[in-house]
Amino acid sequence: MSGFSAFRLLREALRGQSGWGPQWRSPEQPQPAYDVVIIGGGGHGLATAYYLAKEHRVGRIAVLEKGWIGGGNTGRNTTIIRSNYLFPESAALYDHAVQLWEGLSQELNYNVMFSPRGVLMLAHNVHDEQSFRRHVHANRLAGVDNEWLDAEACRAFCPPLDIAQQRYPVLGGALQRRGGVARHDAVAWGYARAASALGVDIIQNCEVTGISRGADGAVNSLATTKGEIRVGKVGVVAAGSTSLVMAMAGVRMPLESFPLQALVSEPVKPVFPCVVMSNTVHAYISQSDKGELVIGAGTDQYPSYSQAGGVQILSHTLEAICELFPMFRRMRMLRSWGGIVDTTSDRSPIIGLTPVPGLFVNCGWGTGGFKATPGSGHVFAATIARAEPHPIAAPFSLDRFATGRLIDEAAAAAVAH
Amino acid sequence: MVLIHCPWCGDRAELEFRHCGEAHLVRPADPAALDDAQWAEYLAFRDNPRGWARERWRHVHGCGRFFNALRHTLTDRFAATYKPGEAWPEPPA
Ligand SMILES: Cc1cc2nc3c(=O)[nH]c(=O)nc-3n(C[C@H](O)[C@H](O)[C@H](O)COP(=O)(O)OP(=O)(O)OC[C@H]3O[C@@H](n4cnc5c(N)ncnc54)[C@H](O)[C@@H]3O)c2cc1C
Ligand SMILES: [Zn+2]
Repeated sequence: MSGFSAFRLLREALRGQSGWGPQWRSPEQPQPAYDVVIIGGGGHGLATAYYLAKEHRVGRIAVLEKGWIGGGNTGRNTTIIRSNYLFPESAALYDHAVQLWEGLSQELNYNVMFSPRGVLMLAHNVHDEQSFRRHVHANRLAGVDNEWLDAEACRAFCPPLDIAQQRYPVLGGALQRRGGVARHDAVAWGYARAASALGVDIIQNCEVTGISRGADGAVNSLATTKGEIRVGKVGVVAAGSTSLVMAMAGVRMPLESFPLQALVSEPVKPVFPCVVMSNTVHAYISQSDKGELVIGAGTDQYPSYSQAGGVQILSHTLEAICELFPMFRRMRMLRSWGGIVDTTSDRSPIIGLTPVPGLFVNCGWGTGGFKATPGSGHVFAATIARAEPHPIAAPFSLDRFATGRLIDEAAAAAVAH
Repeated sequence: MVLIHCPWCGDRAELEFRHCGEAHLVRPADPAALDDAQWAEYLAFRDNPRGWARERWRHVHGCGRFFNALRHTLTDRFAATYKPGEAWPEPPA
């Protein structure tokens, strides 16, 4: 496979686009053995495999995906990217990711369409304002950009926003200018392509159904729908299915899986310049390059693996969007869908070692892990390769639930993304 | 949105109810006797099954009472709801 360049684009334009081949190898059958196997071909799993192959000498690597790559939450999310989290541990993790996003298209030679158009989080009440101002201060101390805008400045930054309406008054907002969106599929495909070029086997339609451990307790083989695979190390990056995969190795997880929904409108000309989030009324909106409004809703109240949520959750979000942006009242919605997100009680991810030697886990990203994809893969690859936590990953260990060193972004932000 | 059968009030819309997590978790009688891992197990670790789940619900916008339910987490179907203290029903085959 050859690289993308302006020259190639021109040549293909003149040859009727007939010269493009598959962008990554996807062998039908896995090899009988690998040194490292990643379970889950979402963005996080593929990024992990890429950084393992690029930065660490670990031998043969495979990614096993039960469906098609990017078909999980990676391909279902609203792609909001930001790093203005409250606690220093989180700001370090998410900002590591934002820094990698900034150069990712060049790094992968694949356009992931990272667009740092600014993420504005609206404050609707005094509590929101105090909490966001605290975030702004904490972020600045941590070297992460975040600034407070008053209501007029919010409207200037996002003209469709109605700051005069009474239902959800806008007192101001916290703006992270380096935040934005990226193209979800391209992230999975770009990492797959770059990992494949470095020798990683990407095996699709290959579900892991069992994890075996040797006499020493360490993982030694996987049962899959494509046969048995002997393994040295295993990284589980299975998002909503993590509890089920870890149970195969006899490990219980502090996770619950919930449906989270999103929807898109009919495509229209560019009308919406940035990303706006409102935690209090549970609505997130941006406009894709295709022209659709991309709208994120909340989670259902009960755990489920159904990949579909209640319609009342969607209508609640749309009501809020129509109040905040009256110009969208007559837009038609085209599609809605759900993904299954794995949530922890402190709303921070789990990245690191497990009680089983050779078994590593990267999960618990809940409603907001897309933004972390490059950083998550990068620190998890180092954690697997060295069998010790990367310094940025260390606070996010599984044993924090026993030591009590929780990173309580749940209390800090109250919700999502 | 699903219909949920409150053992006291009958069938009502989901909006009237609040999901309250995994059912039949018993608070350890003597927390001080537990080590950190056991306490973490009680606080944070959950079955999170794909299939039949036993869970606690509360009819917040109705009678206000707690009850338990057997619900399938792939289809969201409720097989049964039952009062606190009652034995849990067997999942349908
Ligand atoms: C509607 C919605 C909106 C969201 N919006 C945002 C947002 O705006 N910003 C943000 O940062 N995050 C957002 N998120 C969260 C984000 O999508 C996830 O945190 C992130 O994509 C998780 O990445 P992943 O690669 O771990 O998961 P996934 O892409 O879900 O990958 C996990 C993969 O594991 C595979 N798998 C599972 N079990 C097995 C098995 N036994 N064998 C083999 N493979 C298996 C699955 O098929 C899946 O492909 C949103 C999520 C949803 C659902
Ligand atoms: Zn009742």
